[in-house]
Amino acid sequence: MTVALARIRPKRVLPGFALSLGTTLLYVSVIILIPIIALMISGAGIGWDRFVRIVTSTRTLDALRVTVTAAAIATVINAFYGLLMAWVLTRYEFRGRALLDAMMDIPFALPTAVAGLALTSLFASTGWFGGPLEAAGIQVVYALPGIIIAMTFTSVPFVVRAVQPVLEDLDPALEEAAKTLGATPWQTFSKVILPAILPAWLGGCTVSMARSMGEFGAVVFIAGNLPGKTEIASLLAFIRLQEYDYRGASVIALILLVFALLLLLVSNLFQIRAARYREGGK
Amino acid sequence: MTVMTAQEQVAAGRHAAMAGERRTARVLIALALVTTAFLILAPLVYIFWRAFAEGTSGYWAAITTPETLHAIWLTVIVTVVVVPVNVAFGIAVAWAIARFRFPGRGLLMTIVEIPFSISPIIAGISYLLLYGRQGFLGPFLREHDITILFALPGIILVTLFVTAPFVAREVLPLMLAKGSEQEEAAVTLGARGWQVFRYVTLPGIRWALLYGAVLCAARAVGEFGGVSVVSGRVAGQTNTLPLQIELLYNEMSTSVAAFAAASTLTMIAIVALIAKTLLDSRSGHG
Repeated sequence: MTVALARIRPKRVLPGFALSLGTTLLYVSVIILIPIIALMISGAGIGWDRFVRIVTSTRTLDALRVTVTAAAIATVINAFYGLLMAWVLTRYEFRGRALLDAMMDIPFALPTAVAGLALTSLFASTGWFGGPLEAAGIQVVYALPGIIIAMTFTSVPFVVRAVQPVLEDLDPALEEAAKTLGATPWQTFSKVILPAILPAWLGGCTVSMARSMGEFGAVVFIAGNLPGKTEIASLLAFIRLQEYDYRGASVIALILLVFALLLLLVSNLFQIRAARYREGGK
Repeated sequence: MTVMTAQEQVAAGRHAAMAGERRTARVLIALALVTTAFLILAPLVYIFWRAFAEGTSGYWAAITTPETLHAIWLTVIVTVVVVPVNVAFGIAVAWAIARFRFPGRGLLMTIVEIPFSISPIIAGISYLLLYGRQGFLGPFLREHDITILFALPGIILVTLFVTAPFVAREVLPLMLAKGSEQEEAAVTLGARGWQVFRYVTLPGIRWALLYGAVLCAARAVGEFGGVSVVSGRVAGQTNTLPLQIELLYNEMSTSVAAFAAASTLTMIAIVALIAKTLLDSRSGHG
């Protein structure tokens, strides 16, 4: 005990430990932890049999399938778009680069309801994109592509902002060495650059996936919300609440929470790898 | 045709490689600009295009309906309450974690990040299960005649949850990077707690603090999923601006009203982005 105290004491020259930690713990408990624990108790408290019955009902499974499918496709799109944007923004000088860089944050700054409204009307048959697409026989609004577009839009910044700093820090000498040794540009990219950015890239993709799976505001506008076809999991939870089926809502919310926490864990692992790579490279 | 010397061949090869790189650069830049124009710029422009479809007079008429004005007012109140609270929280978290070592420090950092990675809908449902009629605190609240859900307190609580990490995640890394030598020196020289904070810590973190507050405000103004669960969605009473936009759109998708209301939030987002870009260059963020 005295040893432990002696080890801690010298660190506490500064005042305010009790005040700041006390405030933090109180706030974190009231605002974050207690509500989430209430959800866990409520979801787990309904018993295993009913839990399984709700999870394995066709409507829940359909909603989860739509959510995971759309989020996965949106994540793949963002993986490539994000990589392209991070590359162009760090490697090339051109007019409007700073503006393009700032625009990457628009999906974060723009409220999701506004994004949903804009995308829905843009892709509706009267919108700029919807008219030509419909003429070509492609239905976006009230269909899976619409959900994918909404999820893609709202999670754009994750991959870009994860890869960008790593590309900026990458030692140019590595690439020059590869070039001098006769590597083609593609070899330089796939053998030198890609391994360096891989953990950050995958980490960004994981967060993007988590965000897409939880997205609500933008999707409800564009999805049309047809059970079994375009109904996402978070919306189904919302509908259960409207029906005063609190148990059903809490079970679906709990599944989404578990998915989110797992993805958070995976992204943390990637972040640790990415940090290690960056430190090792210096 | 003269035969090229070895040196000339190398030079020509390098020249061709550079030309190839320039071509790749041009193609990639063009690709980036076109995809961004379609994916990000178009929705932004379209909001204003539709909002002003009936001219400025139509725009003002749509904005100044009593219900939309009330929604704007409600959103402002929520933001004005939420931002200072989460700024204070952000400072407390950063001070506790960056300046002291204690068991569970890493866990606390992760918990603070939770609202950032879970769906606001989950937050809304959690609050409903806690404060709702059938919720854990339901009987207690009814007994004491306290209304939290489907009223202002519920909207504020959920918005506090959703925006809790924003200030902390800007200030904390900065305070960790700066270290505590200066603050310790101030204490040694006899400064009191608040003096240390006011004169030593605050000048170093003020831009990060402001930056976090801007992000927090932008998010608070636009919160939709969580608030839609706990607000009760009564137009003119508990509808915040994002909820009002949905209501207006569902009432009549072709009218200017929803787009006009959305344009106000879009302008707030653009102002927040400009502020962020300016603060980025000051606080040395990437």
